[in-house]
Amino acid sequence: MATAPLFRTEFWRNGPQPGSIYNFPGGKTKPDLNPMKRTMNPTVTGTSVLGLKFKDGVVISADKLGSYGSLARYRDLTRVMKINDTTILGSSGDYADFQFLTNLIQERVIEEECLNDGFGYTPLRLFSWLTRVLYNRRSNFNPLWNTYIVGGLQDGEPFLGYVDKIGTAYQAPTVASGYGAYIAQPLLREAFENNPNMSLEEAAKTIDRCMKILFYRDARSLNKYDLAIVTKDGVEIKSSIVSETNWEISDFVKGYE
Amino acid sequence: MDILQINQTSDYKKAGPLQAHFNPYSYNGGTVLAIAGENFSVIASDTRLSEGFSIHTRENPKTYKLTDTTVLGACGFHGDVLTLTKVLDARLKIYEQDHHKQMTTGAVAAMLSTMLYHRRFFPYYVYNIVAGLDDEGKGCVYSFDPVGSYEREAYRAGGSASAMLQPLLDNQIGFKNQQGVTRIPLSREKAVNLVKDVFISAAERDIYTGDSILINVITKDGVTDERFPLRRD
Amino acid sequence: MAAILVAEPQASGFSFENCRRNIFLEKQGFIAPTAYKTGTTIAGIIYKDGVILGADTRATEDTVVADKNCSKIHYIAGNIYCCGAGTAADTEMTTQMISSQIELHRLNTGRTPRVGTANRLLKQMLFRYQGYISAALVLGGVDITGPCLYSIHPHGSTDKLPYVTMGSGSLAAMAVFEDRWKPNMERDDAMLLVRDAIAAGIFNDLGSGSNVDLCIITKDKVDYLRPYDEANIKGQRQGKYRYKRGTTAVLKSEVKKLEYEVVSSTVVAEPMET
Repeated sequence: MATAPLFRTEFWRNGPQPGSIYNFPGGKTKPDLNPMKRTMNPTVTGTSVLGLKFKDGVVISADKLGSYGSLARYRDLTRVMKINDTTILGSSGDYADFQFLTNLIQERVIEEECLNDGFGYTPLRLFSWLTRVLYNRRSNFNPLWNTYIVGGLQDGEPFLGYVDKIGTAYQAPTVASGYGAYIAQPLLREAFENNPNMSLEEAAKTIDRCMKILFYRDARSLNKYDLAIVTKDGVEIKSSIVSETNWEISDFVKGYE
Repeated sequence: MDILQINQTSDYKKAGPLQAHFNPYSYNGGTVLAIAGENFSVIASDTRLSEGFSIHTRENPKTYKLTDTTVLGACGFHGDVLTLTKVLDARLKIYEQDHHKQMTTGAVAAMLSTMLYHRRFFPYYVYNIVAGLDDEGKGCVYSFDPVGSYEREAYRAGGSASAMLQPLLDNQIGFKNQQGVTRIPLSREKAVNLVKDVFISAAERDIYTGDSILINVITKDGVTDERFPLRRD
Repeated sequence: MAAILVAEPQASGFSFENCRRNIFLEKQGFIAPTAYKTGTTIAGIIYKDGVILGADTRATEDTVVADKNCSKIHYIAGNIYCCGAGTAADTEMTTQMISSQIELHRLNTGRTPRVGTANRLLKQMLFRYQGYISAALVLGGVDITGPCLYSIHPHGSTDKLPYVTMGSGSLAAMAVFEDRWKPNMERDDAMLLVRDAIAAGIFNDLGSGSNVDLCIITKDKVDYLRPYDEANIKGQRQGKYRYKRGTTAVLKSEVKKLEYEVVSSTVVAEPMET
């Protein structure tokens, strides 16, 4: 038989010890002393971004879907942006991080404009800056969960660069992020090797082929995409392009055996 | 764990928020190779940048010209390579403006070592090889590990195919374990041809080596570039 | 005790205890022996007159190429072939075992085996092993019902489709098919399409490489083309790497007389694989 304590140690039954604080039932029993946690996984995400150089400039494309895990949450997001008349940017990965960086870039573009000293963002400058931002964020274990693709005209020549969330960066005539690296990149490379001096129409057609195949095979994609084009005449963003799909193959699929 | 819940078994753990692990490193492959000659040195790298089973680009040489007589070969995690070379360039520029002369190859190597050790507990994941000419105009090669241990050597391979190339260099340049061989001093042509041949072999067997190589030859007259194609699969 | 007297009924089905044990050991830091993998791009399509299967020829062991010209299109029956991706031993043995069963079935029934039969045998075997046999297959052939093409996953699920791809280069190859496959293609166009699909894997996927093998199966003929295309030419060496006689030191020599009788001998020179 349990003996009752000689005197009560708490103020009331299940109450606090003398000198401690009362915690309401169901609430926290102790102040949160865990190490600081950062969100290390993306929430609303965009899938692949494609980039391709052609004779007079660069095109970048990204579809309009914002996924929330496997939920197709938003169907009209824009993931390509114009920086200035010679520079464009596309992003895949966390959409909030992209918006954060978009605001930061726009702030800086305006600041530069106010100085009115004839300097502004060129593709290479933006690319180099992005590389540093993303690398420093990863070094502080607080990454921006994106892959950025920078396009534009650098001293009149087409420029295309890739930076990811840990600061891996390179320039190439064809780039693709996410599933695009596996599905679209082979087609882009072949198209570019066969014809390194594509016209804008040919480049746009190649991108359309790739976006269509990504829609067929990437479960987090949408058949509606934006195409940003930069040439010496400036930047044009063609919005909400829908590819013509073909589902004839369904007639050939009968059962699994 | 909260001391009040010490006897909680794993079955009764509450489903808390899941923290995805973030890996700040990646491995982008690539091989570098340097050979010191009598009055020259050769440093070469392949130009493939890859990650996992994908090729990022076929046109990314991994040698970086630092001064008129010093070239760095660096591979491993490309983000760190970019940062390291950027910081190196800046420090070399500061040195040049402070001292009105370029840093010697030996000094570059010593500085690189301290820069690497500075990040001892969050290392630059980079395999470095410095090639150039020493104070007497002789070819020199320094090889590093990612945290700054370094030594001067006659020849060295680093990166993904280093384990395949090093024994070949030991045999062809070091004449190791051979009887009655005439130790002919390495000519510039022989060195460049040897570099091409060992890279051909590395591209056959290492999936992270291929596409093409960039060969830099460093002499007192400066640094020359030469490209040589490799297989692309 | 009664339990000792009565034989305990054997638990039916397979025991995966060792698999669980192996996973546990690996978690503790044990490093299991590495097996050859065929990183692989394999693919197949149905065209006007039959089926075309294609494969690359690289086998890897981690990041090292283990075999530069391995054969990944396996024989099942005279009218059925099967491409394999995954652990090399698994694809090899699985296809051999099913090939043997199909041959016995053919002898029992006296009929040309059906592709569906091979598919059912393969999927049932793979399902029994719960995915522990890492074989991802592309099965194709022509039988009484016409051309048939299946892809079979390691856990035993199958697809019956007019064009399929498998292996680490499957996405690259599938992109080419999605771009250019059409119903009722001519033989030459179809061969070129499969070649290009495999080549996309060879050049863009590091797990795939070397040559393209093709196998064209029609109603009354099989063309096994190996290699069909050498997608990569090996570089030409600049130097000569021969050693003078005596370069390797002789530390000790001893001559022993050996009593023997030569019955017959043949010497065949074979160039060294370098």
